[in-house]
Amino acid sequence: MAEAHPVGFQWVMEAKRRGAKVFHVDPRFTRTSALADTYLPIRAGTDIALLGGVVRYILENELDFREYVLAYTNAATIVSDQFVDTEDGDGIFSGFKPETGTYDQTSWQYAGQENGGGAEDTEEARETAAGLRHESHGSPIPGVVRRDETLQHPNCVYQILKRHYARYTPEMVERVCGIPQEKFLELARAWTENSGRERTGVLIYSVGWTQHSVGVQYIRTGAIIQSLLGNIGRPGGGVLALRGHASIQGSTDIPTLFNLLPGYLPMPHHATHPTFDAWASSIRHPGQKGYWGHARAYCASLLKAYWGDKATPENDFCYGYMPRLTGDHGTYQQVLNMIDGKVKGYFLLGQNPAVGSAHGRAQRLGMANLDWLVVRDLFMIESATFWKNAPEVATGEIVPEQCRTEVFFLPAASHVEKEGTFTQTQRLLQWREKAVEPPGDCRSELWFFYHLGRKLREKLAGSDKPRDRALLDLAWDYPTEGPLAEPSAEAVLREINGFEVATGRPLGGFTEARDDGSTAMGCWIYSGVYADGVNQAARRKPRHEQNWVAGEWGWAWPANRRTLYNRASADREGRPWSERKKYVWWDEEKGEWTGYDVPDFEKTKPPSYRPAPGTSGPEGIAGDDAFVMQGDGKAWLYAPTGVVDGPMPTHYEPAESPLRNPLYRQQANPTRKVYPHPVNSVNPSPPEEHSQVFPYVFTVSRLTEHHTAGGMSRTVPPLAELQPEMFVEVSPELAAEAGLTHLGWAHLVSGRAVIEAKVLVTDRLTPLRVEDRIIHQVWLPYHFGFEGLVTGDSANDLFGITLDPNVLIQESKVGTCDVRPGRRPTGAALRELVEDYRRRAGITPERHAPVVTPADGEGAR
Amino acid sequence: MGIRTFIEGWPVYRQLTGTDPLGRGAAAQSERSAELTARTETADRVARSVCPYCAVGCGQRVYVQDGRVTQIEGDWDSPISRGRLCPKGAASKSLVTSPLRQTKVRYRRPYGTEWEDLDLDVALDMIADRVLAAREQTWEDVDDEGRPLNRTLGISSLGGATLDNEENYLIKKLFTAMGALQIENQARI
Repeated sequence: MAEAHPVGFQWVMEAKRRGAKVFHVDPRFTRTSALADTYLPIRAGTDIALLGGVVRYILENELDFREYVLAYTNAATIVSDQFVDTEDGDGIFSGFKPETGTYDQTSWQYAGQENGGGAEDTEEARETAAGLRHESHGSPIPGVVRRDETLQHPNCVYQILKRHYARYTPEMVERVCGIPQEKFLELARAWTENSGRERTGVLIYSVGWTQHSVGVQYIRTGAIIQSLLGNIGRPGGGVLALRGHASIQGSTDIPTLFNLLPGYLPMPHHATHPTFDAWASSIRHPGQKGYWGHARAYCASLLKAYWGDKATPENDFCYGYMPRLTGDHGTYQQVLNMIDGKVKGYFLLGQNPAVGSAHGRAQRLGMANLDWLVVRDLFMIESATFWKNAPEVATGEIVPEQCRTEVFFLPAASHVEKEGTFTQTQRLLQWREKAVEPPGDCRSELWFFYHLGRKLREKLAGSDKPRDRALLDLAWDYPTEGPLAEPSAEAVLREINGFEVATGRPLGGFTEARDDGSTAMGCWIYSGVYADGVNQAARRKPRHEQNWVAGEWGWAWPANRRTLYNRASADREGRPWSERKKYVWWDEEKGEWTGYDVPDFEKTKPPSYRPAPGTSGPEGIAGDDAFVMQGDGKAWLYAPTGVVDGPMPTHYEPAESPLRNPLYRQQANPTRKVYPHPVNSVNPSPPEEHSQVFPYVFTVSRLTEHHTAGGMSRTVPPLAELQPEMFVEVSPELAAEAGLTHLGWAHLVSGRAVIEAKVLVTDRLTPLRVEDRIIHQVWLPYHFGFEGLVTGDSANDLFGITLDPNVLIQESKVGTCDVRPGRRPTGAALRELVEDYRRRAGITPERHAPVVTPADGEGAR
Repeated sequence: MGIRTFIEGWPVYRQLTGTDPLGRGAAAQSERSAELTARTETADRVARSVCPYCAVGCGQRVYVQDGRVTQIEGDWDSPISRGRLCPKGAASKSLVTSPLRQTKVRYRRPYGTEWEDLDLDVALDMIADRVLAAREQTWEDVDDEGRPLNRTLGISSLGGATLDNEENYLIKKLFTAMGALQIENQARI
């Protein structure tokens, strides 16, 4: 955090000054470790084993915040007796279908609800990255559940959780993660001692956590701990994601993602969403309790914002125009399709996959096999010049005279040359004012896409083809301003907020959305950002002139709430858990919820409210159901649905690991998304043969002085000067073993690529003793490429493509490689070296790593 | 220069007689630095902005003089950043004024070995033609059971996460209407 989010880290230091104890877990000792009280080095890819150990420590010692757990979590809920845990399935839960590598979730359901409609088709869910939808709302579940408030029932969630993690002992944490037992116990003790009525603890992760084949389950494990300790919805608590880009939160809220529409509404699927009703009902789940009930209004209002007057209740708001998914259309599938010649054109908008995406060579070979490519960026990045400067030109795999890709480079406007909102990591929208006009041909994306749409519509005018109706009927009449005819960003924000169609009045929030065509709303969760016709995201009330929550600086979704689920900061009766940790509470006299933040609860629903049995929608949420977006109003320690790889996180080894899974026969996540394609490969892991060909673990992260693929930092003189070279950090022990010299060169080889880097020998990396073996880890920055003021080989070239099954994010924080002294070969000899390693490792285009580990596989226990 | 001015111009004298006994402030100031004026004081205007690097969302104040960005500083009013910027944020003036920035459209024709110039409007027109052609070549009306697909898998897009919400909104809206659903973002990566 101190390296990649330094200014955010000031708050950790503030907390430390007030007595907070800071623990830092990382494969590499960083500036964060230097300022922490305790640093725990960890083997990359083993976080579930560590956190599972903490869960076990809490449960075995009964250190959970019992009142909170009983009131606000599903600990007491009884699970179906059909459920079989990984403990009894050697690393696989009940319901696994080996032919698809996915689960049937029926047996995971709560008791009595096995056929209640909660279970989802996880095959379709995986292909469409359905896990992302839960960012704005929880999973569906029938509201009425059986509970045992004593937590003694053998099939209640509490007991299931306890059995699931029983073997995640301090000894096991040491065996799997390489963390000494005493250090682990120091962490577990501090975490539990600093949680409860009077104290809260916070878990902060950087989104490298998502870049694992079990990434979602990492975060789930953290959420389980925080729920058990009563650290959710309370000040100083939570699970905080440090996102890495100025508006990456906004990029999922108003997604440019294949599987989502604004506000996490699913992109229609050809089989499950044939009609508007089927689509809206699949989100709304009629008959269930919680805030699902209004989804039909969000769906109708989005289509109304898209197709304006042409969208009517009679024509299902032009739902027939919507393109349909048939499966996985994610970025990695697209790149493989480019290599196979299925994609004609590609837009890159401020993104540099030649450096920033896993398997750089596949990225570049895909781009070299297009009809046309549009690159919009501030600088001449690697993804624009691959046809003449890529490493594949040196190896002869791309020949400029034979590469047909037509490339348009269009310069972009910078953040000070346009106005608009970024959504930062805390869901806070901040409006930026325009400082100057963009120079020369530089234009905003708003300009480019508005005018591209205008041209497309002009060219299609008069077309009678049904396929062109969606473009011709599109509501696309944004006012433009200034000498460049820049579309008004404020007009777009107003459409995102939503308005009453008849009068144009901006809506005050999503509760005003209607399903009768009387409202248009571009993104329901952002509704309220333009309430009263005022740009709420532009608010800049100085911090000294408001309370510490600072609710009048910018605007946070939903409804300007700064802490989600903050009803949980009060007890069942609505009283603060303690004076120290007071945040939102029930004011008996006024008969309403009040506090420092906007209460995340119906304002006048008293804590004592109990719905009549069978009540659905928001009315079905009781006065003590703090987790209002969940079907049962509870935080989930056990997820009967919504997570495709299991109701509880389980330690699996990364897709590439030098070690056998010490906990289960199943080696890696059995539901991980794999791409059997000749260009893609996975290095062998035990119990497969030849894993010793790639004996070392490598991980990557950021430098303070560089940003992502380097397009905004290797091009900036002061930053380039501060970090001028690609390098690899190795421990003194590994340097001795591999014959590496400090400040000399090394090259690293995987089954995909070989890259070179300057050697930095440092004790920031520690050899870990794991399973009576020494595991060496090396660390690389991933910012370098072949353009810019400073250049170097790209670390992402080393990775293959294996994805998390919930959200289709690649495993690019851990892989295996070999490390050798000296520079890499060049030209044709470079590919020969990689081919030699592939031969020795048994990697062929036909070989696929087994997804399910064989029962009597070599090395299996 | 009179003798008195000479003596008063001596830092040690100022250190001993003035308000700066440690000699780390006013006493040590040279005549030249006393005459300097901060660019932030002479700016024509200030735009309230946000840092474009990571997602902490530090407030920035962008100082403009004669239509050019002359300085970018942390916004001390911000409850998020309290006026601070990290090395990247502090370098954002260098980012937006970098001599490496491209300000002209560049075009590489198929099988070409060099960049060529191209007019922006022509480029936009050529791109629109190519979008329509790709759509025509790869359009899918229905699946093999006759269910609607309304799409093309012939067009892809990958966006960075420094795009504004308003931009992402228009991109998604236009691509959806084009039937182009292979649209992705750094948020997947």
